[in-house]
Amino acid sequence: MSNTFTVKDMNLWYGDFHALKDVSLDIPGGQITALIGPSGCGKSTFLRSLNRMNDLVQGCRITGDIRLCGEDIYGGMDVNLLRKRVGMVFQKPNPFPMSVYDNIAYGPRTHGIRKRAQLDEIVERSLRDAAIWDEVKDRLNRSALGLSGGQQQRLCIARALAAQPEVILMDEPTSALDPISTGRIEDLALDLKNDYTIVMVTHNMQQAARISDRTVFFLLGEVIESGETEQIFSLPKDSRTEAYVTGRFG
Amino acid sequence: MRSWKRWHRDARRHPLSALVSLITHLAALCTVLILGFLVAYILINGIPNLKPALFSLTYTSENQSMLPAILNTCTMTLLSLLLAVPVGVGASIYLTEYAPRGSRLVALVRLTTETLSGIPSIVYGLFGMLLFGNALHLGYSMLSGALTLAIMILPLIMRTTEEALCSVPDMYREGSFGLGAGRLRTTLCVVLPAAVPGILSGVILGVGRIVGETAALMYTSGTVEKIAGLMDSGITLSVHMYRQASEGLYTEQAYATAVVLLALVLMINLLASRLAGKITKGRQA
Repeated sequence: MSNTFTVKDMNLWYGDFHALKDVSLDIPGGQITALIGPSGCGKSTFLRSLNRMNDLVQGCRITGDIRLCGEDIYGGMDVNLLRKRVGMVFQKPNPFPMSVYDNIAYGPRTHGIRKRAQLDEIVERSLRDAAIWDEVKDRLNRSALGLSGGQQQRLCIARALAAQPEVILMDEPTSALDPISTGRIEDLALDLKNDYTIVMVTHNMQQAARISDRTVFFLLGEVIESGETEQIFSLPKDSRTEAYVTGRFG
Repeated sequence: MRSWKRWHRDARRHPLSALVSLITHLAALCTVLILGFLVAYILINGIPNLKPALFSLTYTSENQSMLPAILNTCTMTLLSLLLAVPVGVGASIYLTEYAPRGSRLVALVRLTTETLSGIPSIVYGLFGMLLFGNALHLGYSMLSGALTLAIMILPLIMRTTEEALCSVPDMYREGSFGLGAGRLRTTLCVVLPAAVPGILSGVILGVGRIVGETAALMYTSGTVEKIAGLMDSGITLSVHMYRQASEGLYTEQAYATAVVLLALVLMINLLASRLAGKITKGRQA
């Protein structure tokens, strides 16, 4: 399997704070890669570098090389195009205060699709792919804010899918949800990995073990260990990884 | 009676908290009473004096018709808003969405708007007369008046718009950027619509100030009792009422004008909140 992202010697600073140190990592396509580690270890920061969301943070500086399918994302790539290719789902469900339909159509409209028939088709397909079509098909024109938290998060996934990305970044997508909604999002992620590369930050180690193919362990801004999820959880090479996955700290 | 008993018992146990509760209740009652008294007083004195003749097309010193003043008030309101809202909303969008956070320019603009909002309206009137009336040769005209009022309500529009924009959660912006939208699309399609109710409440306050303004208009749009065009001098309802009351000959008509003024402001507010409801329909849960 070829690599979707290739990261080499990446460093990131927030002002004077050195948040990511010499990170080198390959993220293979068509798999779920889980980023784990204690709070403040830089895993979310790393995730947000992959679609340049950190550009919005004042005082954030990045060096090193991040490539998406061979293209340097910090060198001359149109950032809006990058974010179309690399979609994102956030920790808190954040549907826009508009109708369900307009939420899903936002991405395609941004990228120039105006024909109603085409939009209708994208909206239906995205909602079906995100396993929420049956719940919202009768209320496409009602506000998305009336949905439950779990539904809102699946709506946000559908919204990301509608922009037809190659990669989906998920930043603790289930931390604000109840166990049943969490289960549905996990099932969804497993379905989606056939068509998309998924990178997911999670605080929940069982979640990483359940659904991810590869796991990366971050600690204090460094990648301590990365590899097949099974190996990380059963035979970690580094003692700090072992301590973390067995719950001795973090 | 039972609640009275309970209140009595609570008061004995916590005398201080009962006292505070009493004071706050009285304060709330006071405001309602004052407002109620004001409105009732105007209505009782004004309604008997409302006669059809007061709404004829032309004003004479025998018939103090207020129709020209009503129409001028509407013109003045529309014109001032047309001038102030785009500038004010535009400036606020720059301050909250585009300017780098903590920049010196932003601090300067904020200080300026705050200072502007504290200036008495008569000073605006004098300034308007000197700048628009004399230096720019607009004379006594609706346009001079509207320009003056636009400057006067600009700080108000800016402050409320800024507050409204700031209260739009950042997660909406992130969501939009994350889908590959640029700053312009994010601002126009996500942030601004979410801020509309707040912006409109600022506009309503602005309308209140325009409709109620006298001092700033006497020197700029003048006191001609005619339906005025853009470059004509024309009187607004508040100035009309001020004139009637201060001349001492038309106190009854002044009360009638006050009733109409009250109704006008109420109507504009209702209209604006209906509009806000329409715009946000299908957005809120």
